[in-house]
Amino acid sequence: MSIKDTVTSAKSKWAEGTGPDIDVVISSRIRLARNLKDYPFPHFMSAEQAEQILHGVRTAAMQTEAVEKIGMPEFILLSELTTTERQILVEKHLISPHHIENPENRAVVLAADESVSIMINEEDHLRIQCLLPGLQLEEAWNLANETDDILENTLDYSFCEKKGYLTSCPTNVGTGLRASVMLHLPCMVMTKQVGKVVAAIAQLGLAVRGYYGEGTEAYGNIFQVSNQVTMGHTEEEIVKNLFTVTRQLAAQERATREKIYKDNKHVLEDRIFRSFGVMSHSRVMTSQEALKNISNLRLGVELGVLKNLNFAQINELIILTRPAFLIKKAGRDLNAEERDLLRAEIIREKMTTIER
Amino acid sequence: MICEKCQKRPATVHVTRIINGKKTETNLCDICAHEENAGFGEPKWMLHSIFADLFNQPVPGSHALPEKREETVRCEHCGFTDAQFAQVGKLGCPKCYEVFENKLEPVLRRIHGNPGHTGKIPKRTGGTIGLRKEIEELKLELKAAVGREEYERAAEIRDKIRGLEKKLG
Repeated sequence: MSIKDTVTSAKSKWAEGTGPDIDVVISSRIRLARNLKDYPFPHFMSAEQAEQILHGVRTAAMQTEAVEKIGMPEFILLSELTTTERQILVEKHLISPHHIENPENRAVVLAADESVSIMINEEDHLRIQCLLPGLQLEEAWNLANETDDILENTLDYSFCEKKGYLTSCPTNVGTGLRASVMLHLPCMVMTKQVGKVVAAIAQLGLAVRGYYGEGTEAYGNIFQVSNQVTMGHTEEEIVKNLFTVTRQLAAQERATREKIYKDNKHVLEDRIFRSFGVMSHSRVMTSQEALKNISNLRLGVELGVLKNLNFAQINELIILTRPAFLIKKAGRDLNAEERDLLRAEIIREKMTTIER
Repeated sequence: MICEKCQKRPATVHVTRIINGKKTETNLCDICAHEENAGFGEPKWMLHSIFADLFNQPVPGSHALPEKREETVRCEHCGFTDAQFAQVGKLGCPKCYEVFENKLEPVLRRIHGNPGHTGKIPKRTGGTIGLRKEIEELKLELKAAVGREEYERAAEIRDKIRGLEKKLG
């Protein structure tokens, strides 16, 4: 997929909806922070230095070996995209919100299937990200590690024996590794277990936050769990730790689903089919309401109640109904009310393609 | 008390506004307060201010009084100062880690426990670190093999160590 397709298609590697533990784990991500020696960190360098970094990383990412490993990478200057297109890259989880705050002298290298993205001149000179569907942390780590090795063929990383990879912010120093998983935990939310889990997980050096929504609310029951500590453990240990905890969380969510479904089958099915009705017929739908209903549909697929719907379609619904994606679709700027109208229309259209 | 705006969540923020001499008071939950811009900034800001507090602690044993402003330390490579770090929570360049080492220590200890890096080593800029680590590990293995009286295996390991040491020069 080229960048033109990336910003118009709701498809992405992580959204394919296949992979281990896909009934709970939506996606797995590995991010490595790297900096070049002899250069100030991005927030403190000159435009000229920023251009040198762009050039150096571009060359490294376009060597034959890298092209093969990453898979037809494309180098994209953020300044060459529109504000909406940049926002779409954020909505598709390919770059961070921080990266688009100031697009000047910033770029991204994107694999054709969007599984690998390298942000250039974000908080660090390089942020190598690998994003795969389901629970594939080890696979994502291997891909990130190999990509890192190849880039290092032509790049001199800043590294110190005691402190490891040196990063702009001391929270990332050491391995520079942030591993995370995106989880769908509707039944642990229903039974109010999530609060306890957050507290327990903090003890293990991991953090949990709602993926959509602000403060303590997690719209769509989607949570992100990631490692906090980046130094003192090997990359394999960090990945293994998160993997083990994720497996436990998935088992607990599954057990809770089974219990609720066994005890309150009609209540749960009612909730799922009501959402199906709302999604099929609404004329106005806010982003928050869409996430809530999509979560119920996802639960329907997870429980095998909605047989004609799959996880790829669910993920597509989420991407299609994010604000920037709607604006791109409309081809003009939309206010909140106009977005809610178009969102409902797109959802209705998608729902008609699903067999009853 | 319930939030006066959403009427749902408990109010945790008391907002007093004085506009043109007219005083209004509202009680909001943290989410509505954030929307109203009445909160106390982003969590990011909080993280940085935590760094700042840690960074400005007197170095243990220096007997410096907290009120007494210490002299600004400046990185000779990039010109970044410790005061700037306290402001933005980021360093200026990789060399800053050496320049501000003493002051960074409590920060790193708080975040990571500061146990030192044990992970991946880059091939080009890692220099001989990888080689030295490998030799250290082999030496431990050698000791264990001798302990188990596996002398053939011990001899193998010893040769391997010698080979690596030659590479080190």
